[in-house]
Formats: sequence, C-alpha cells, structure tokens
Amino acid sequence: MKQRWFIVLVAMSMTLALFGCGQSPKSMGGQTSVLDGGAGEGATELSYWTFVELHGQHFEKMLGKWNEANQDRQIKLNVTVMPYDDMHNKLSIAVQTGVGAPDIADIELGKFPDFLAGTPQLVPLNDVIDPYRDTIVKSRVDLYSKDGQNYGVPTHVGASVAFYNTEILEQADVDYKTIETWEDFKQAGIKVYEATGKYMGTADTSATWQTSMLLAQQGSDFTDEASKPVVNSEQMVKGLTILKDLQDSNVLSTIAGGQPDTEEAYGEFNAGNYATAFMPLWQMSRYTNYMKDLSGKIAIAPIPVIEKGMPRSVGGGGTGTVVTKTAKDIQLAKDFLAFAKLSLDANKEIWNTLGFDPVNMDVWDMKDVTHNPDNQFVQYFQNNPFDVLNELKGEIQLIKSTSATPTINNVLCTVTLNEIFEDGRDIKEALDAAQAQIEQELK
Amino acid sequence: MIKKFLYSQKVAPYVFVLPFILVFLFFWVYPLGSSFGMSFQKIQLGQEASWVGFSNYEKLMGDGVFLKAVTNSAVYMVLTLAVLIPFPMLFAVLINNKFMWGRDFFKSSFFFPALTSVVVAGTIFRLMFGEMEGSLINSVLAWFGIGPVKFLKGQVTGFVALVSLATWRWTGVNMLYFLAGLKNIPDEYYEAASIDGASSLQKFTRITMPLLKPTTIYVLTISIYAGLAMFIESMMLWNGNNSPKNIGLTIVGYLYRQGIEKNNLGYAAAVGIVLLAITMVINLTQLAFSGMFKKEE
Repeated sequence: MKQRWFIVLVAMSMTLALFGCGQSPKSMGGQTSVLDGGAGEGATELSYWTFVELHGQHFEKMLGKWNEANQDRQIKLNVTVMPYDDMHNKLSIAVQTGVGAPDIADIELGKFPDFLAGTPQLVPLNDVIDPYRDTIVKSRVDLYSKDGQNYGVPTHVGASVAFYNTEILEQADVDYKTIETWEDFKQAGIKVYEATGKYMGTADTSATWQTSMLLAQQGSDFTDEASKPVVNSEQMVKGLTILKDLQDSNVLSTIAGGQPDTEEAYGEFNAGNYATAFMPLWQMSRYTNYMKDLSGKIAIAPIPVIEKGMPRSVGGGGTGTVVTKTAKDIQLAKDFLAFAKLSLDANKEIWNTLGFDPVNMDVWDMKDVTHNPDNQFVQYFQNNPFDVLNELKGEIQLIKSTSATPTINNVLCTVTLNEIFEDGRDIKEALDAAQAQIEQELK
Repeated sequence: MIKKFLYSQKVAPYVFVLPFILVFLFFWVYPLGSSFGMSFQKIQLGQEASWVGFSNYEKLMGDGVFLKAVTNSAVYMVLTLAVLIPFPMLFAVLINNKFMWGRDFFKSSFFFPALTSVVVAGTIFRLMFGEMEGSLINSVLAWFGIGPVKFLKGQVTGFVALVSLATWRWTGVNMLYFLAGLKNIPDEYYEAASIDGASSLQKFTRITMPLLKPTTIYVLTISIYAGLAMFIESMMLWNGNNSPKNIGLTIVGYLYRQGIEKNNLGYAAAVGIVLLAITMVINLTQLAFSGMFKKEE
C-alpha cells in the first residue's frame, strides 16, 4: 500500500515538474506584468521585453490611447523587465534561433550593432517611420539602421548636460552658471573639495559618457571615417588627460558602481557625496525615481568644454525598439510601435512620463508641454530642462555606433578606464593596449 | 518472453546501465563531437557557418583576455583546493569525534549554504563586499581603523571575496564526503593504536589520512573540475560577466562572452575544447600520481 502511494507521489511530482518546464517561453524570468490598456476580449496579446522598468510606464499610457483609437485592433501588452545584460543575451539567442523571442523589444544602442550583424532577424520599419520622418531627428533613426533599412524606433535625443547639486555648490560659494570650460570646472571643484570635503564629480570607469563628451567637443569619435576603431587617438588622450587631471586635483573621484547611472551611485548622489553628474538628459528620470532626496536641489546646465565655442553636447545612449521576425502580428506590432513612439502625442508622453528629450523637436518649443507646472520633472529641477536644451539645440553632436562599438565599449569599460582612474596607469599606454586588444578581438 | 529476457543474467546488467549509456551518448559524446567540429568553423547563429581551419585556435593563442581567464580559473582552482580539502577534512574529523557536542547542529549548519541558490548567495556577497563605507565588510574593517576597501575592483581583494563565497558554500558538502569516508574506518584501528600509545596526531596522520585517501581523491577530482568550471559565482559577485579589468573572468565566463554575448560560437567552442583539455590533463595527471590507475592488489 505504502509503495503505491509512493508511486502516485512520484508521478504527481514529475507531472508538476513537467508542467513547470512547459511554461510559456516568453516570460523567461524577470518581472512580467500584463498591461491591458482597456482592451476587450478579442485583443491581440503582444509581448515586450525591456531592460528599463520605466519604459513600460510609457507604453502603458500609449496602449490605452491606441486601444481607444483602434477598437478593431486592440492590444494587450505582456511586459517583461530583465537586467541589461541578461535581456540582451536572451534576446540575441531568441531572435537568432527563431524560438522564444518577444514580439517587440528594446535594444540599447551599444548592443544594437550585434543585432544588425549578417542578416538582421528584425523587421525593417521604414514604412511606419516614413510618415514621421520629417518631424524627427534623422541621426537618431540612422543609429538603428543598416543598408537603408531602419530596424529600430528611437526613444530620445539624449542630449548630454550637467546636473549640479546647488546645495553643495552654495556651501563652497560656487555658482554653476559661471562654469563654461573644464578649467572653470576644475577651479570650482577645488573650492568645493576644500570647503566641503566632497567631490565635484565622478570619474567614470564603467561607462563612456564622459569620454564621448570630450571626443565630441573635439569633433572626434571612437572610430574613424571607415568605422575602424581608433581609441588611442590624440583627441582621446587629450580628453582622458583632462579627466585624469581633474581626478588628481580631487575634483573628480571614482564612484561605487563605476558611473552615475547605477544603483550604488544613486545612493552616493542621494547622500550628497558628489556635486555633479555629466549625463544624457534621460538621467532626469533616475533623479525623480531613485534620488528623491535631491528634489529642488538639482540644476541643469551645459557641460563644460575644453575651449569656448566648442559644441557643448552629444547625444548619449539610446534605445531602439524593434519588432522581431517571429512576431505573431508583425503589421500590428509595427503600427503600434510607430504610434507609441513617433506620433506627436507619443513624443509629448515621452517627455511627460519618462522625462526624455523627444526626437520630435517641435515638442521642444511647445511651452505648454515643456513648462507644464504639473509635470514631475518641471517640479523636481531648479530650472527648466528645455531652456537648456533649446540653448544647445544646434550643438548636439553624434558618436557613431558601428559593428566595432560593442567591442570598444567592452574593452574601455571593463579594462582601460579602470586602469586609468583606479590604478593610475599611463593614459597613452593604456589606450595603446586597448587599441591592440580591440583589433585582436575584431580579427 | 519479456520476463525471460529481463530476468536473464546476461542481459540484465546491460539493461541497468543502458540509461547511463544513453545519457552519456546524448549529453556528452554528441555535444563534445559537435563542439569539436564547431571549433573549426566560424558560426554565428542565424547565419551560414563556414570552415576556417585552425584559425580559432590561432586567435586564441594570441588572446590576452583568454590568457587572463585561464589564469583566473587556475588560481581560483588552486585556492579552493587549498581551502576546501584540509578544512572540511578537519571539521569532519572533529564532528566525527565521539565527544563532540552538538554534532547534528554543526553538520546541518555547515551544509545549509549548499542549499542556498548561488544567485542569492552571490548577490548577498556582492553587497557584503561592496566598496561603500556602509557595506558589511567595510564597516567591520572600520572597527579596526582600516579605511574602506574596494574589494571587487582589485585582483587580490576580488579573489578574497570569490574564495570566501566558495568556502562558505562548499565546506559543508566536502565535509559530508569526508564524514562518509570516516564511517568506513573501523574503530578497532584506533583502539589498537591507542593501546600502542599513539598520539591523536599520529592517529590522524597514520590511520585517518591514508584510509581517507579514496575520498580525498574523489573530492580533489570534483574540486578541480568545479574550480575550473566556475562561472555563476563570478557572474553574481560582479553583477554580470564584465568585472573591472576582467579580474573575475573565468574560462567559462569567456566562453559565455564569446558564444552568447558576441554570438561567435565557433570561437567559443574552441575555448570549450581548450577548457576540456586543461581539465583532463590536470585530472588525469592527478589520478595517475595518486595511483588510481594501478590495479588493486
């Protein structure tokens, strides 16, 4: 009798285990939530993977609007949020094997070229982008393109700015408005360190935001005209020398997490240990969501330049949202994507919900949208971000994203920047080693 | 007929080992052969594969990051062997002692970490060894007047964290192996030794250690393999496969980076074959030295 019960128990547990294995491959771990946006019974369920939790909030708003306007083509969105590396790796395997990929996915700019290698397993979006082409910044669409085909829909311009904690600056009697060059920044930083013992900014080791800014100011890039990597260029040495000098003068210091956009760094900024972050504008959403203690203390300004007259901004980061070839209703996914990210309404919501600088630059001039006193970003920051953005409008440079970009990022962010800012290795030597490593990896 | 077949003394053994043979063929021989073939190709998922001869191996030989990964894995293996063989053995002997108080409590508490998921354990260790002043280890160091240490950014300190995690996690498991081995040593040997006036140390070195040899060789073999194949611990500790200056990159981590992150499966297969070769050479040498291949007398 006992034996029989044992067999039943084993059979039951095996069945349960098998059921476990048979779960939908589309959730793939991570946090999943279903957004119905008021959809009715006959709605098509689309799955969407992202690595930024906040992106889901934007889609939630646009989904409601889509379902209302398209009663016969309603959508339910299955949103899965996964960590950055994890999501890109899983997506890469899924699209290339043709099994388990979501219908829509976010791909970060730095990873995008990997998805364009060979024959992209993504759907060209030209037809749905075309109606909006004249209203959006061309270079942001080109970032996610290959051979004239657009595979990703951009989210923002990502203009780089400086975020100053004025509370700390006031303690040292520093006015951020007077900072125009890196030399001004250095003098201000020395004063801040002497008066408060706090650092003016971060020396980033796990991201290339700052390096990109300094390259863009000099009209340079990580790759040459032929898209070949040139990370040991004169401009690169000059840029990093400036940053290293700032670190040696106690103006910059490395930060836990390696750069301002990490959990550890949010904690450090929130605690008021660093006065400045140089980041693309989307960092605003990190302030409102993860650094609430700093509300009302942060001012936005152009980043310092090497010499007056140099361009003061560069488009940083970006997310291309794609439709995979295995999507269950490709046309529906494409139409929804264009509606959710490129329509005028979408561009307004991208600002309202995410605090990003929309790719439809007409929005930048809509005072009722950009200066809406109910907007959380308008309330959080001391000055209006669009006042700064409009001042920089003609100066936003572009750093190319090429097939070598993922390798360049990997070498610089894991090895080179750490060697320079953590170990004090000679800059030229470290960059030469990086160049050799990158060439070796790309062979 | 079937009954006769199954009850046959000649057939039965084959039927019993068949599941193992099948698993071995499907999950070991086939993937191994396939990886070997792949290591001579350029393969990107979703694209046409092409034969490239030895070029993956040639590239591997000049690859500094691969060398770094091999060194890291080898150092990790040696350090874990140095910690995870003597200490569990010692603890097993202590716990096995008749006069030991609270034996079961120690047994279960040592074993408990092995039941915890590596993902959870790795995350907790990452927070413990965080570089901020408030992280656990740094607050402890602060009591002794030592400033905050950036544990996960330095080679030595990074390995301190990595080996601590391995020690915490595997001490109990290895201890159980040794305890099982100790149960096979008859008490009479110790009694006889006591009558002859042997000290505790003599008993340990002359009776316990030699008779534990088969267990030790087993633990050594699996520890060599586990050390060289370590991946998730490092991935969790550094919150991804990209540790600063690759201080935590292991051979499997590099295989993952090339195969999965960079979609360069042929090159990754070559990394896997080299890993297999290294593991086999070390383990076979070790087994040969310890006399495992000699016929039992």
